[in-house]
Order: sequence, then structure tokens, then C-alpha cells
Amino acid sequence: MSRTRGVLALLVLCALGVATVGATAATAKKSAPTKLTVWVGWSARELSVFKKVAAEYDKSHPNVTVNVLGSINDDKIVAAIRAGNAPDVASSFNSYDVGIYCGTGGWIDLSPLMNKSGIKTSDFPAATNYYTQFGGKKCALPLLADTYGLYYNKDQFKAAGIAGPPKTIAELTADAKKLTKFNKDGSIKVLGFDPFIGFYENTPERWVTAWGAQWLDSSKHSILSKQPGWSNWMKWLKSYVDWVGYNKLVKFQAGLGDEFSASNAFEVGKVAMNYDGEWRVAFIQAEHPTLNYGTAPLPAANPKLYGSGYINGTIIGIPKNGKHEAEAWDLVKYLTTNTHALAELSNGLRNVPSTSASLTSKELTPDAHFATFLKIFANKYSSTSPITAAGTAYTNAVQSFATKWQAGKVSNLASALKKLDGQLDAMVKQAGGGGVP
Amino acid sequence: MPAVLGDRRRARRRAAWRRRRLVLLLMSPWLVGFSVFFGYPLVMSAYLSFNHYDLLSSPRWVGLANYRYLFTVDPQVWTAVKNTLWLIAVMVPLQVVFAYGIAMLLARAKSGVGVLRTIFYLPALAPPVAATLGFVFILNPATGPVNTILAHLGINGPLWFQDPAWSKPSLTLLGLWGVGNTMVIFLAAVLDVPRHLYESAELDGAGPLQRLRWVTLPTTSPVILFAVILGVIQGLQYFTQAYVAAGVASGQASQAGDVTAGTLGYPLDSTLVYPVLLFQHGFTDFQMGYASAMAMLLLAVSFGVISIILINSRKWVHYGGAAR
Repeated sequence: MSRTRGVLALLVLCALGVATVGATAATAKKSAPTKLTVWVGWSARELSVFKKVAAEYDKSHPNVTVNVLGSINDDKIVAAIRAGNAPDVASSFNSYDVGIYCGTGGWIDLSPLMNKSGIKTSDFPAATNYYTQFGGKKCALPLLADTYGLYYNKDQFKAAGIAGPPKTIAELTADAKKLTKFNKDGSIKVLGFDPFIGFYENTPERWVTAWGAQWLDSSKHSILSKQPGWSNWMKWLKSYVDWVGYNKLVKFQAGLGDEFSASNAFEVGKVAMNYDGEWRVAFIQAEHPTLNYGTAPLPAANPKLYGSGYINGTIIGIPKNGKHEAEAWDLVKYLTTNTHALAELSNGLRNVPSTSASLTSKELTPDAHFATFLKIFANKYSSTSPITAAGTAYTNAVQSFATKWQAGKVSNLASALKKLDGQLDAMVKQAGGGGVP
Repeated sequence: MPAVLGDRRRARRRAAWRRRRLVLLLMSPWLVGFSVFFGYPLVMSAYLSFNHYDLLSSPRWVGLANYRYLFTVDPQVWTAVKNTLWLIAVMVPLQVVFAYGIAMLLARAKSGVGVLRTIFYLPALAPPVAATLGFVFILNPATGPVNTILAHLGINGPLWFQDPAWSKPSLTLLGLWGVGNTMVIFLAAVLDVPRHLYESAELDGAGPLQRLRWVTLPTTSPVILFAVILGVIQGLQYFTQAYVAAGVASGQASQAGDVTAGTLGYPLDSTLVYPVLLFQHGFTDFQMGYASAMAMLLLAVSFGVISIILINSRKWVHYGGAAR
């Protein structure tokens, strides 16, 4: 009997031992951190800022390890989704392609996750809400925003006898002409202002906000030909380009430094005023900290619109078929709604923090140059461009038209804009698989 | 007796089947490669051309909608077709004539032949992207050495890659510079012309031009045909140089993946060749169904153009009495 008991006791002990080992292994397995991959568009200095914030999250969340990869664009994101090896979290500079990500289901709809986490769309400003949804799906959230304004060189203004930044288009034109200097051979030495479409950040969508021009009617049809703002902006653009001289301007631009380098034309004084995004503040601080400059809203055709501007920005979402959706959402939620994270990113990148709460965060480093952009972002007339099924192709088509117009290759603007309206509608229909209208 | 005949037939059939199996086995690497990398993509492209396919969701059948959009709506297609035709009509003949001319000169060189051949061939070794970057830099209208030298000579140089009237000629210059491969083929053909034909022609009183017209050109005409067909196919597929030149000249190439209308085809769609537009629709607009329809059209046009050249070649290509 005692022998039997002894055997039983031994068996129980063995069983307990196996169970303990199993439980330990299971615990070890459970506690192994989930590897989260995050793809972002930033590179170099800007990437290190993002990595720092990601590392903070990593440190405070032992259940995950965040691996950040920079210099990513939409081609790579789409290719990875197709190949089945998409990152857990993807970020794109290109909010125009939200129509594609939402429309195709390439990025998952975040609405159920937002509801579960108690995050409301009202936590974000209206414009950012617009460019992070399409077709009733909220497949992205804004990860900082970009606004655009006027940078002006105070030393050059003083030398030309100009007291302050222009507020109207007429003042902008007059100041630009006053600031422009030509060489003896007629070539440009210093340009007062360069609104040439295709040069640095000049695109139609960023310009027409100053004229208050709309893109679509209530039935989502293109109305460029019906909006006086479009033709008025184009006429002003052409008259300015003609005043400088198209070929002179092209040659001058060919000799300018790369936009995202220390040779940037504004930073080295080749252009006295420049239309640029808020991030330039950080670039100037890093590359030319002694540059004596100021920032202001872009002059407007309508005084009511002065102070407003164009808004778009970086978006972030979760590609479909991800293996760690819950962890990915937690990281997205942190990056897009945590005031501390947004302030850290904003301070490092000098991008606009993209929640209403973070706009007034005390953690934001005060900066007079940057404050201009926070005001533009908060202005009720600030707007963005349409999100359509055609993605980037939509605004690209308008840009292609504008470049032809400024080169004098369009004879009748009114009829050409009408034709463009038809082409844009057809493009959207084709992109949605609807065929020829 | 019939049983013996039957056995022999069976044996022959078995032997023939074994031979076929061996042939198939030896051909299998090519067959697999052809089916996977050519046959399947071709069939899929044809299928996708009748579908709406955005790369992320499943293809959806739309019938001829992509072709209707291609032929009746897309405002850029005919610009792209015209640009591609320009390259085929101007750049390809110039490349053939230039390569042939250099080959003729090199064939006559008496000294330093090896060095000269190397010098003229070297550009062909430069990767297309690097060569294009170099040309855009050299021909920069504001800071490039070419316009700087022209300015010293009192000449106001053109805007080259920044001017729609000069962008394709600039690409042609790049094409002529890198013509080494064709030149080497021509050189081999020219050196292969039998000496006795020249001697006979000389005895008949033929001068250098007549010897070229009646001896060299006819004898090397099959190689010229080869170069023309190759050049036309490359012209129809012309992509890298146009894509890189437009991106760099527009000043937007440094922005990762920021392919905009101001970049592709810059300036003013003058370098927007058909394959670049196809790439734009397929990989930046994510309309692979429509891009497939464009690819099918390109295939049909390539087939048609090559057929015309081959039929026409019967009039001017001489095979020296050998059966074609």
C-alpha cells in the first residue's frame, strides 16, 4: 500500500513538475513582446525625431517592440499590401491617396476601433477629418498636419523699403517686383517671389485657397470652369510669369538648389519671398539659424480669406491582413491622439499637431515663426483639396493643365477649363471602375 | 511477318517518344521561364485589360470600358503616342546612321584602333540612370558646362531638358552618345565584307561612295535590318531615360516617391512617352486594369510596326544568295 502511495506521489510530483514547466514556458511565450513594424515617409533628421517618439512608446509598452522604417512612399505600401507582407502600421505623406486606401479596403476602417477606444472625429479639426476618410470609411488618422504660408526675408524687405509682409495679391505682386533684381545680361539675380507651378511647393490646390475657389459641386462634379477664383488665380499667375519672362524663370530655377537641402533658394537669399510649408521653420533652424526672416499667411484675393491657408498632412493607418491589429491600433492611437507624443513630434518636425487638444499644448516649444502656421491651421476658412477615387491623379491633372497655361500653351482659358472639368469627372468615374461617362 | 513489323513500329514509336521526352527535358528550363515570366503575364495582362483592377481589391469585369477610355477620353494618350513616334522617327534612324558612320570610320583607322574602339564603346557601359543624370547636369541651362562654354562664345544656349522643344533632342543626344553596342555589331559586319568585292568594284572604277552604296550597304543590310528592328523595339519601350531626365530636370526628384504631374513628362509632357504614361497609370494612379489595356495596345502596335518593317525589308535587305 505504502509502495502504491509512493508511486502515486511520484506521479503527482511529475505531473506538477510538467505543469510548472509548461506554465513557465507559456508565461515566457506570452510575455515575448510583439514586433510591430511601422513604415513612415520621413528620412534623415526627421526620421530620427519620429524614431525618438516611437522609442518612448516602446519603452512604456513592454508588450511590443516597435521597428521603424523610413523613406517609404505609396508605391511601396501598395506593393507590400499586395505581396502580403505589409507593415503593421503605415504612414503616408500623401493624403490625396486616402480615396484609394479607403475605396479599395487597402487600409482597414478605423471607425469600430475608434468607437471602442472612445476617440471621436471631433477630436480632430474638420479639414484633417476630411482628408482621412472616403466613401463612408475612416481608414486613416492625421499624424501631424501641414499648412502653408509666406516666408519673407526681412533684410531684403528692409533694403527694398518694404515695411511688412503683403496681405493682398496686389501688394504681393508689387513687393515681388520691387524685390526682384536682374543681372546686366537680363537674367535674374534675385527673384522677389516665384509662384511658378512646379517650383518647390507651388501646386494649384495650395494656391486657389487664396482665391476661395471650390473644386466640386454638391453632386461631386468638377466646377473649375464655373468658379471665378480658378480663372482669376490663373490669370494672375500668367501675368506674373510673363512679367518675369517664362524662359528667364525656367533658367533661373534650373540653377537653384534642391528644395530639401541647405541650398534651398529662400534659405540662401535667391528668392526674397517663398510659399512654403511650416516645416521650413525647422529646416532653417537647422541649416541657416542666423537667417533674418518672418512668416505670414499667404496674401489673399479676398480680404476675408487673409489668415487662412491650405491644409493637408501626413496620414497613418493599418494595412489590411495585419497580424497584430490590436497592438497596431494602440500605437496608432498613441501617435495620433496623445498630446505629449504630438507635441514631441511637432517640436522636432515643426509640423502642426493634429488634434484640437494638442494645438494648445504647453509642451509645444514657443516659436514666433511657427505660431503663424498654428493660426492658419485654426482659421475657419482654411481648406484642403478634394479626396476622390482617382487619388493623386486628380490634382496632378489640374497641375498639368496649370503648367501648360503658365507656359502660354492654352489659348482660351474658359473653354479649356470646361474641357478640364469633363476630363476630371471622366477620370474619377474611370478610377472607380465606372468606365467612360 | 506482320508481327515483326508491328514490333519494329512500336520500337520506333518508343524511341521517338524517348527523343521527344529528352528534347522536352532539355528545353524545360526555357519552357518554364517562358511560361512563368512571359506567357502568364501576357495572358494576365490581356485578361486584366477587361477589368477594373486597382492592385488592392479583386479585379472586376468592365468589358471594353478601359479601351473606350483609352481611345476616347484619356487626354494624355495621344501626347504620349506622338512623343514615342517622334523618338522612333528621329532618334532611331539617327542612332543607326551614327553607329554605322562610327563603325565605318573605325574600320578604316590605321593606328590606335583598339583605343578608339574602346573610347567609342565605353558610353554603352554607363548605366542609363547615371548617364541620364550626367547629361541633365552637363546640359543644365544655368550651371551646366555646355551652356557656360556657349555663353563664353557669345551664344545663348538653349534650355535643353527644361524646354519642351529641346527635351527630346537632348534625349536623342544621350541616345547617340550611348550607341556603342550597335556600333560594335556594325563594325563586325563592315569588317566581314569580303575584300574581293571591293577589289572588283575598284577595278570597275567605283569611288568610295559607290563602293559604300553598292558593296558595303547591301552586304551589311541584314545587320542594318537587325539594328533597325532592335532600335524600334527599344524606342517603343523607351522609359528609363525619359523618366529620370524629367524627374531631375523638374527639380522634384529628391522627394522620395513624390511623382507628380510636374515630374512625369516634364517639361509640359514633352518627355511623356507611352511607357512612362503606362507606368504612371499602373503604379502611381494604381489603375492596373487600364494600364494593361495600354500594354495590349503597345503589343499590337509593336507587332504591326515590326511586321511592316520585315515585309518592307524584302526590297532592300540582301542575304548574299543564302536562304533566309
